[in-house]
Amino acid sequence: MNTPNELQWTLIVLAAAFVALLLVSRRWATNYARTVVLIGVGTVMLLPFAWLVCAAFKDAAVLNDYTFLPPVDKISNKTVNLKNFETLLGEKQTVQGPVNFWRYVANSLFLASAGTFISLVFSSMGGYALAKYRFAGRGPLITFMLASMTIPGVVLLAPNFEIIWRLGWMDTYKALLVPGCVSAFGIFLFRQAIIGVPNDLIEAGRIDGCSEFRIYMTLIMPLVRPMTGAFCLISFLGAWNAFLGPNIFLQSQQKLTLPVVLNQYIGEYSQQYGVFLAGTLLAIIPPAVLFLSLQREFIGGLTSGAVKQ
Amino acid sequence: MSNPTLTPTATIPQTAGIAAATAVVPKQQRRTGGGWRWKVRVTPYLFLLPYVLTTLVFFLYPLLHATVLAFFQTSGPGRRVFVGTENFTFVLADPDFRKALFNTCLFAVASIAVQLPLSLGLAMLLNAKHGRMKAFFRLAIFAPNLVGQVFVGILFAMLFTPRYGLFNRFLHELIGWGLEMRWLGDPALVMPAVVIASLWLYVGFNMIYFLAALQNVDQSLVEAARIDGADPWDIFLNVTLPSIAPVVTFVVVTSTIGSFQLFELPYTLLQGFGPNNSGLTVVGYLYNYAFDSGDLGTAAAVGWLLTFVILMVSLAQIRLSRKVSDD
Repeated sequence: MNTPNELQWTLIVLAAAFVALLLVSRRWATNYARTVVLIGVGTVMLLPFAWLVCAAFKDAAVLNDYTFLPPVDKISNKTVNLKNFETLLGEKQTVQGPVNFWRYVANSLFLASAGTFISLVFSSMGGYALAKYRFAGRGPLITFMLASMTIPGVVLLAPNFEIIWRLGWMDTYKALLVPGCVSAFGIFLFRQAIIGVPNDLIEAGRIDGCSEFRIYMTLIMPLVRPMTGAFCLISFLGAWNAFLGPNIFLQSQQKLTLPVVLNQYIGEYSQQYGVFLAGTLLAIIPPAVLFLSLQREFIGGLTSGAVKQ
Repeated sequence: MSNPTLTPTATIPQTAGIAAATAVVPKQQRRTGGGWRWKVRVTPYLFLLPYVLTTLVFFLYPLLHATVLAFFQTSGPGRRVFVGTENFTFVLADPDFRKALFNTCLFAVASIAVQLPLSLGLAMLLNAKHGRMKAFFRLAIFAPNLVGQVFVGILFAMLFTPRYGLFNRFLHELIGWGLEMRWLGDPALVMPAVVIASLWLYVGFNMIYFLAALQNVDQSLVEAARIDGADPWDIFLNVTLPSIAPVVTFVVVTSTIGSFQLFELPYTLLQGFGPNNSGLTVVGYLYNYAFDSGDLGTAAAVGWLLTFVILMVSLAQIRLSRKVSDD
C-alpha cells in the first residue's frame, strides 16, 4: 500500500482521536464517536444530492467526465452552464399544443394535494369508525384490510386498466384520484391513533347534541393532528413520486405529471440526462418544503400511530 | 370499553351518591339517547362507505378478475382459452421465475438483515439526549425519501458508472481499487447495487419509525436499569428492545411486504432486468408478462404465487414476534 490519500488520512486521524479520547473519558469518546458517525452517515446520504446539483449545471458533453464539477481551470461556459434548465423550462411543442415545465408542476401539485386531501378525509373517517364504534362486520373488516395490504399492487394493474377504460376514465384525473381515494394503510394508521382518544370525550360531545360528523370534525381530528401531519407527508410523497399509475392512465401530453415527463427525457428517443437531472432537482423542492414544515408532527404522529398496539 | 351507547357516566358529578346516579342516568338516556342510538348504528357504515365502495370496484372485483384470468391463456383482447392450472405449473418450472424469486428473497433478506439494524442504530444515535444539529441529521438521513424510486434508479445508474461514478471514486479513494468495477454490467454485482440504492432510499424512512418508538420508551426503566449496574448492551436487549417490540414487528412486516414488491427501483436502475436477468424480480417478471407480452393469465398466476409467499412470510414473522415477546 502506498502513502495514504486525504480520505484515508482523515479516517486514520479520526480513529486516533477516538482512541485518545477513550483513554481520557469514556463518555467523551462515546459522544465523539456518535458525532463522527452521524457526520459520516449524513455526508453519505447527501453526497448523491451534491452530485445531482453539480450534474444539473454540467453541459451534456461533459456530464460523464467528472465526478462532481470539472477542475477550476476547465470551468467555462462550455462545461458548466444553464442549458439544462433552459431546455427544461422552455416551451415544448406537442401534438396537443405548447406545454412547458410549470404546467407539469401544476398538474403534479394538483394531483398530489387533491389526492392527499381526499384520502386524508376518507382514511380518518374510516379509522374513526373502526376505532370507536362497535358494529357488525368490524372484526372481519379489520382482518380483510390487513390481508389486503399483502396483495402486490401490480397484480391489480391490468384488471384495473380494463375497469378504468370501461368507465371511460382514461386520460382523466379521475382514474388516479378515485381508486386511490382511501387506503387500508391510511385507515389503519388513523385507527391506531384514534383508539387512544378517551371515550368520555365522545360521549360528552353526544350529550351536548353534537352530530356524529361534528364529533369527528371538531373533537377527534384536532386531537390526532400529529398523525394528520404524518399521513399528509407520506401520502403527498407517494402521489408526487408516483410513476406507474400516471404513466399508464394518462395519455395527452398536457395532462402528464412530473415523473412521467422527466422520464421522457431519458426515454428511448431522447437521452437528455442533464435535463432529467435539472428537473429532478426542481421536483425535490415541494416535498422538501413540506417535510421541513411537518418534521415535528411527522415524528409525533408516528409516535401516536402505528406504535401503540 | 369503546361501546358508545354506554350510559354517560362522565357527566355525573363525582359527589353524587350511587342512588342519585342510578336515578339520573336513565332519564338522560331517554331524553338524548333515542336521538343518537340509530345515528351511532348507521354512522360507522357511512364513514366506511368510501373504503368499501372503492375496495369493491378497484380491489375485490379486479382481484376476482385476476383469479379467473390465472386459469386462462390470453392471447390478445377477448381471446381466452381455459388451461386449468397450466399457468401455475409453467411459472413454477420456469428458470427465469426461480431466478426472480431467488433475487427477490435475497433482496428481502438483505433489507431486513442490513437495513433495519442500520435504521435502528441511527435512530438510537439520534435519540441520544444531547447532541446538536439532530434536526439537520434527521433531515439529511430522511432526504432520499423526497425522491421517488424511479429517480433513485436513474440517479444511481449514473452514480454506479465505472470511471467517474461517485461510487467507484469513493471506493477508490478509500481502499485504492474499484475504479473499473462494472456494478450494473456484472451479474454478480447487480443485486448488491440494487441493495445499496435501496439502502440509501429507505434507511431514513424506517429510522423515523424507530425514532418515534424510542421516544416512547419509559426513561425511568432505563434509569433504573443503569442504577442497578446494567451495561448499555444489557439495557438495549432487556429494556429498549422489548419496549419497541410492536414497532419492530410492524417495520419488519411492512418492509418485507415492500421488499417482495420491489420493481421500479431495479427496473430503472438497470433499464430493464440487467445482464442475464440478474436483476429480475418477481414483480418485474409479472410486469413483463402483463404489459410486454400481454399474457395476463400468466401474470395473474405469478401475482397469486407472490401473494401466497408474502402472506406466509408475514404470518411467520408475526407468529415469531409473538413467541419472542411472550417468552
